[in-house]
Amino acid sequence: MPEPDPYENPKEAVAPTGAGGAMDLAMSEAETLERGGTGRPRSLWSDAWHQLRRNPVFLVSALLIVFLVLIAIWPQILTGADPLRCDLSKSQQGSAPGHPFGYDTQGCDVYTRTVHGARASITVGVCATLGAALLGSLLGGLAGFFGGWWDALLSRIADVFFGIPVVLGGLVFLSVVTSSTVWPVVGFIVLLGWPQIARIARGSVITAKQHDYVQAARALGAGSGRMLLRHVGPNAVAPVIVVATIALGTYIALEATLSFLGVGLRPPTVSWGIDISNAAPQIRNAPHMLLWPAGALSVTVLAFIMLGDAVRDALDPKLR
Amino acid sequence: MGRYVIRRLLQMIPVFIGSTFLIFFMVYALGDPVAALFGDKAPDPATVARIRADLHLDQPLWKQYLLYMGAIFQGDFGTAFNGQPVTELMASAFPVTLRLTVVAIVIEIVIGITLGVVSGLKRGRPLDTGLLVLTLVVISVPTFVSGYLLQFLLGVKWGWVRPSVSSDARLDELILPGVVLALVSLAYVTRLSRTSIAENVRADYVRTAVAKGLPRRRVVTRHLLRNSLIPVVTFIGADIGALMGGAIVTERIFNIHGVGYQLYQGILRNNAPTVVGFVTILVIVFLVANLLVDLLYAVLDPRIRYA
Repeated sequence: MPEPDPYENPKEAVAPTGAGGAMDLAMSEAETLERGGTGRPRSLWSDAWHQLRRNPVFLVSALLIVFLVLIAIWPQILTGADPLRCDLSKSQQGSAPGHPFGYDTQGCDVYTRTVHGARASITVGVCATLGAALLGSLLGGLAGFFGGWWDALLSRIADVFFGIPVVLGGLVFLSVVTSSTVWPVVGFIVLLGWPQIARIARGSVITAKQHDYVQAARALGAGSGRMLLRHVGPNAVAPVIVVATIALGTYIALEATLSFLGVGLRPPTVSWGIDISNAAPQIRNAPHMLLWPAGALSVTVLAFIMLGDAVRDALDPKLR
Repeated sequence: MGRYVIRRLLQMIPVFIGSTFLIFFMVYALGDPVAALFGDKAPDPATVARIRADLHLDQPLWKQYLLYMGAIFQGDFGTAFNGQPVTELMASAFPVTLRLTVVAIVIEIVIGITLGVVSGLKRGRPLDTGLLVLTLVVISVPTFVSGYLLQFLLGVKWGWVRPSVSSDARLDELILPGVVLALVSLAYVTRLSRTSIAENVRADYVRTAVAKGLPRRRVVTRHLLRNSLIPVVTFIGADIGALMGGAIVTERIFNIHGVGYQLYQGILRNNAPTVVGFVTILVIVFLVANLLVDLLYAVLDPRIRYA
């Protein structure tokens, strides 16, 4: 990304707020050194990217996520073994050479299953977030832009979905599904997840459409479509991205919870939720069976929530 | 105020109908409650037809829904498939879950707001950063993982508490399950009140209060806290419904026979009257809690007036 930094960026000209004054100063010095001095004001996005690259939280979480996505696509990087090949005679044994995490009740290698479990979690998380974000920002954005009866109707519909406790809805909805793929789970999360995104998108579009440049575009004769795509949309999308990133982490946790309750993913799909659910009754005899998949799950959720936090800090200059 | 409450109550009606109909649709149209009665055996068609007629299952779905709602408002929640009236199940389950939820909410309010205030006042210091990292970690660990871990460590390994809850579910037994249930929300409450306090601590009215020589304690509790609590109250209000529904996982871990337990059993056995009845009550609790939160605004912030 290019770095056309102005010397007179109004945001930087303000005295640094917050307790870390000395650190802020040091940072702006480093920034000054890097500047090309082309004089073009930085856009929100390149400003955010600039901010992000310096944020250790972002770097750590982004590295983690890249790693997780890689092993979700090619689990063979870390293990050549088959997660479904099990040896009952080794049931619940601790770690052994070549099998660092030990064996579960069925005698399957916990390390292999933990590595292969990433695929289900990442797939559900990414697909559900994409679905909920697209549906939610489309419906919420249109409701915020056009207002009127469509807005009122949509808000009531969103309220209906908010009124249903998530885990409970999942139990009822998914207990009648017999498919063992990830798609029913993804569909359910999209179904209950879009109202949250829609609410954010609606509020953010309402704020954006009151700005002067939108009024100017209208005065110049721009149609609704052009105004939405060129003016309102790009300026309203930041909060949606932040919420969607954080939601990705919570969706992964939700999938694991549903699998734990026996209605999410089903065997032979390898999933951390299923493994934790199988390990839980045996926690007194073989805690390692629970700790590894639970640790992997928690680190994954943490990585996405940290990423969302860092992106929010970068996109919302008020919080700096 | 009165008019506002009435308007809100009227707005609740379509939401109530929508939520309950959705659940009703899922249970009665997607599942087959009669087949569930017979388990694995193939039922006699004549018997099935008779049961369907008895339960009004031969009617169109909207009519079934109307009949069901009509009965509910006369206090008749139907009969669970083992012959027990659903109201009897509710009478045994709801007090338990209510106690669990109260324990969780109290923990959330006391610990969450305290940590948030401390963290917000020390913004940027190591304590604040440490608490922020800790809340992130707590949010990332799903309830069923933290539940089993705490149960294993405190209940089994160190023996501080009993690992499972007896059938009367006394308050002192519910402390550990309450902590587990509250944990994720606790972290959110801490973060929310931290942000809110950190924003308001630079406000003019706080500087005025300090300048006129009020003791620090009074500035924090009377001026700062009262102005910072509004987002936190909203969150806690919305959380009441979520906690009662989310108790399903906690109740399963600690073997508590509350709403979550009954619902889980009901869903596994496709016991339609139990599921729909319990969910209906939960939806009402959720809606009423949200209304109360909105009314609480006016108490916390006298600038807000409802006409």
